Amino acid sequence: MINKLRQTPLYIVAIALLLFTGLPFFVMINTSFKGQAEFATAPWALPEALSFENYTFLFETNFFQYFGNSLFVTVISVILTIIFSAMASYPLSRMKFKLNRPILLLFMVGMMIPIHTTLIPIFLLTQNMGLYNTLWGLIGPYVAFALPISVVIYTQFMSDLPKELIESAKIDGCGHLQLFWRILFPLLIPATATVAIYNFIHIWNEFIFALVLTNSDDAATLPIGLREFYGEFSINIPGLMAALTLASVPLLLVYFVAQEKIIKGLAAGSVKG
Amino acid sequence: MATNVQNKVNAKSREAFKKKNRKNWLVILGFMAPALLFYGVYVVYAIGMTFYYSLFDWNGIDSNMVFIGLQNYFEVIRDGVFWQASGNNALLIAASLLTQLPLGLIMALLLFSPIKGMRLFRTVYFMPFLMSTVAIGILFIYIFDANYGLVNQFLGAVGLESLQRGWLGNEDTAIWAVIITICWQFAPFYMILFRAAIVGISEDLYEAADIDGASAWRKFSGITLPLLRPIIITSAILSVIGALKYFDLIYVMTGGGPNNSTELMATYMYDQTFTNFSMGYGSTISSMMFIIAFIVTLGIITVDNKRKADF
Repeated sequence: MINKLRQTPLYIVAIALLLFTGLPFFVMINTSFKGQAEFATAPWALPEALSFENYTFLFETNFFQYFGNSLFVTVISVILTIIFSAMASYPLSRMKFKLNRPILLLFMVGMMIPIHTTLIPIFLLTQNMGLYNTLWGLIGPYVAFALPISVVIYTQFMSDLPKELIESAKIDGCGHLQLFWRILFPLLIPATATVAIYNFIHIWNEFIFALVLTNSDDAATLPIGLREFYGEFSINIPGLMAALTLASVPLLLVYFVAQEKIIKGLAAGSVKG
Repeated sequence: MATNVQNKVNAKSREAFKKKNRKNWLVILGFMAPALLFYGVYVVYAIGMTFYYSLFDWNGIDSNMVFIGLQNYFEVIRDGVFWQASGNNALLIAASLLTQLPLGLIMALLLFSPIKGMRLFRTVYFMPFLMSTVAIGILFIYIFDANYGLVNQFLGAVGLESLQRGWLGNEDTAIWAVIITICWQFAPFYMILFRAAIVGISEDLYEAADIDGASAWRKFSGITLPLLRPIIITSAILSVIGALKYFDLIYVMTGGGPNNSTELMATYMYDQTFTNFSMGYGSTISSMMFIIAFIVTLGIITVDNKRKADF
């Protein structure tokens, strides 16, 4: 009994924080199931009946084009990041040469600088390369900004692999490429998961480069699309909330399926950085 | 005699080593080429070009680039809006350190307390971090809205109508509304960092403290907090760098207004470059952001190293 009493303050704090973090989500989802007229009269009450009209309304808009663009850019960028950073970390962790430290340091500095500093030159460069307003134009910078943290994670992970493994593979006559793709890469799966999760979240939500490097619906990603929506339908708040809800679904879904993995991946990714 | 043989062997292996070395360089270069190419072009080259453009008067559209030396820098130093923006960045740094980190720590500690329904708490606490900043911005525009807003509805319900206002349209309150939103977004992130660090603390320490009859507070201040120091430093660095380059949420929620009251260095840079078409001046603001971030990070690392040496 006394124990239970002593826990009351704990519950009060825990529930207060639950309301702080959870209430905006509740409001968003709740509003997305309301009709517009209903919202105008009782904006924060529970919906009288679950209505999916706001979600079907999204089919009449460009929402799913934005969604597809985001998926394309994010998946390609993450795959390229994994390949490039895993390859780069092989010599960085497994071969001794003079530039080991400086190159690793060069990548580490990349984690410390405000990436916005590169915005104007990348805007001009993308135009000159003819990639302005294309999805491919976004992939280049996204891969480049994802590289520092990914190279550091892979290098650290690979340095911890047992030396004997590589020695014996070399004796078996494996070339470097074979050794890397056949033997090392499969062993890197935990690091690959971290790299994939960390970068997927950040690239899926990236805004400023998408804002500057695209100017039409053909190449706009979801964050840009949502802002377009806001400008276009700012009176239709329930419709807007449906779009926000649906835009958050992929990450929330992945989170519910692989909660521990994501939390660990994010923690590892950030602390290494 | 022995040394003679040794020398010969050495010479031979050195030659073999040299040959192998040349081949090694090809392998090293081959493996690193894609990463170095992307990083080199989009980060190293781009940063260099930012500093280069900052020396010109240029609208970014025509080829008429006028070299003006450091004149943009003299101008930025006298630019009141730039200082207002960097002041807001400083405020954001202070607010991040004073709200996000403690809140993240409290949430992480709660996840280790004996409360029921832990999975629910953990799931909901973390959710804000997964939402895109743009979505958060739009959602909170409505939460702070003058008519429909949750905040004003709540104030009305508890009889504080006098406090109701359009939070984002008001020069005095806009920055605080934005700061609360940023705290909502990032506190969960620090929660998972702290949680990962607390998991790493040995149970034995707490058991020993229990035997000594230590109170919960004593255990926290004597064991948990000191052992969390490295992660607190890391979090502080992340939070400072994050606050220095903050852009998305402000751009969506206020656009830097009303009357520059929420302007940040990044939003000002964007406005100057892509609304006013002053590429040169925008590059100068960019360069200033780079220099400030560099100095601040170096400062934190130096202080941290000193602390380590003292330890």
